[in-house]
Amino acid sequence: MSTQIISWIAVLILFSATLSFLITQDWRWNLAALALLYLGVFWLTQIHWTFSMSAVKLVTGWMVATILGITRSALDPELDPALQHLSWSQGRFFRILTAFLALFLAISTTPTITNLLPGIGAVEVAGSLILLIMGLLLLGLTTEPLHVIIGLLTFIAGFEILYAAVEDATLVAALLAIINLGLALVGAYLITANAEENQEKNE
Amino acid sequence: MSAPLIWIGIPLLLAPLLWLIKRADIIALLGGISALFLSALAWLIPINTAIRITANISFKISDSIEILGRQIIISPEDQSLLTLLYGVAALWFFGSSAAYIARRFVPLGMTILALLIASLAVEPFLYAALIIQTAILIAVPLLSPPEDKPGRGVIRFLIYQTLAMPFILFSGWLLAGVESSPGDIELLTQAAVLLALGFAFLLSIFPLFTWIPLLMEEASPYAVGFVLWLLPTAVFLFALGFLNRYAWLREYPQLPNALRTAGLLMVLTGGLWAAFQRHLGRMMGYASIVNTGFSLLSLSLIADHQLSAFSLLLIPQALSLAVWSLALSVLKMREKSLDFKDMQGIMQHYPIIISGIIFAHLSAIGLPLLAGFPPIIAIWNGVAKKEIIAASWVALGLASLLTGAIRTLAVVVMTDDEDGWTLNGGTLQNILIGLGIFFILLLGIFPQFSYPVLNNLPSAFRYIGG
Repeated sequence: MSTQIISWIAVLILFSATLSFLITQDWRWNLAALALLYLGVFWLTQIHWTFSMSAVKLVTGWMVATILGITRSALDPELDPALQHLSWSQGRFFRILTAFLALFLAISTTPTITNLLPGIGAVEVAGSLILLIMGLLLLGLTTEPLHVIIGLLTFIAGFEILYAAVEDATLVAALLAIINLGLALVGAYLITANAEENQEKNE
Repeated sequence: MSAPLIWIGIPLLLAPLLWLIKRADIIALLGGISALFLSALAWLIPINTAIRITANISFKISDSIEILGRQIIISPEDQSLLTLLYGVAALWFFGSSAAYIARRFVPLGMTILALLIASLAVEPFLYAALIIQTAILIAVPLLSPPEDKPGRGVIRFLIYQTLAMPFILFSGWLLAGVESSPGDIELLTQAAVLLALGFAFLLSIFPLFTWIPLLMEEASPYAVGFVLWLLPTAVFLFALGFLNRYAWLREYPQLPNALRTAGLLMVLTGGLWAAFQRHLGRMMGYASIVNTGFSLLSLSLIADHQLSAFSLLLIPQALSLAVWSLALSVLKMREKSLDFKDMQGIMQHYPIIISGIIFAHLSAIGLPLLAGFPPIIAIWNGVAKKEIIAASWVALGLASLLTGAIRTLAVVVMTDDEDGWTLNGGTLQNILIGLGIFFILLLGIFPQFSYPVLNNLPSAFRYIGG
């Protein structure tokens, strides 16, 4: 019973983390939320995988957040998109509303998906659907590289929770970890692309 | 020695070594020679057969290698596929020097090619989706140079291609269930829908192709051209692997109709959009969408023609994309723009380069005597036999693409300048594009020249190859 409660708390963590991606543009908060998200992913994955295998997801996720954080912190704070989007506060209410609609959609779809996939509990499905939907939502709302990468990582994390219940091969876990790290490296590359020139212009 | 080590391991090792070389022309030359060597090796050296060198010495290339309990298998039937892929890649690598992007292009291109070949050879095959995704991630630095701000095209490319992976992986799991209970219609439909979604993202089926014209505008046309050749080719071969493996899928009654509808949408939308473009790069992007449409249409004819129509398309499409993108790269480098307003009268200054664009465009339409004609007429004929309405939609798509070619031609010859003709562009650039035009004509007049490579290609897919 207590495990079940912790699992639902993990789902709540996932929703809070993805909600913060939507409502804050500060990269520090976003990456802290990403690290928190992987904690939730780890908990929901260990329902079907061994503790050590699930820890791979947590370690990979935190490495991803570190890579993106180190890259972003090396850039000029003047280039922070949060400072460039003046209309940000105007869209915040819309984003919160959309996030709760996404949550409603995920919760209402959960029983159907649980019936379709035998052996998977409602808690994993709910957590997975929240990440999948919120990931897509994030991808639809931004073209800024850091947020796009966070959106893709969120979407893939949602898929990984569901896939962990049906596939426990070590090679799949390893390849998915490589893809997560690869996405972080691509994100780092895209964030820094042209940044030098921008910094020179600012100076 | 094993085949995966030669055709996957060596290129993967070679790629970082090529990165260390400073001179771009040497990188292009070495990359091209290596790819050509690997192509020749695939053509000449048999796999799984002992080769006697002297009375006491013989060697055999085994067909598989084991990594973390999984196998990568390159069988003798795959050799013509390797010959083709490495042969065409050699053309791209040689040409990269003329496009001035060899330093990034050859090492990254070699890695992407090796990974995509690994994706076709890995067992169980569902791991392929993960390897394809890795190749896609490596393609991002190729499409977005470090000195440029990443545009919307590369971001959309990354998003759409990444979204494909979960669908393919999940359908792979469902397909295992279908194998054990083939009568379960619900499971079968779920697997088919997920698979279709995955391939729709990977092949950029309508309306998911928006990244192509955007990328053609913002990135090097040569790099985008390479991705537009290699990625769909590898994904189509991966899709053929699915069809070959699952009898229920190839006998799925809705499959030919679904493929035909998707193909028609691609030919029609690609052609219609092309007719209204005012940018030479976007024009090529839409023509590549039409190319994908024809490949889909050829697969819809698989029950009657097996893989003959599909394999006929491989070389002409690759050749016209290579010539077209090289010519666009040269123009973009020298004129800084590919907009129609900057291209007026440019034919007088770059006669060979512009001819390359026009010939490649007309070949993509399937104009008689050009390389694209035999496969396109065969597919069109096949579609007409099935459904005459569908054939007329193909005609509309081709007519629209032809309108694009005529508009391009009208713009590039439109000038008041009476200075006369000059031959601009580098010698290597003009020679390579000239050679490309020659081969487009040669394959149009003598299509049988490509048969030695294409003849054995269907044998890689035992149940659909015929």
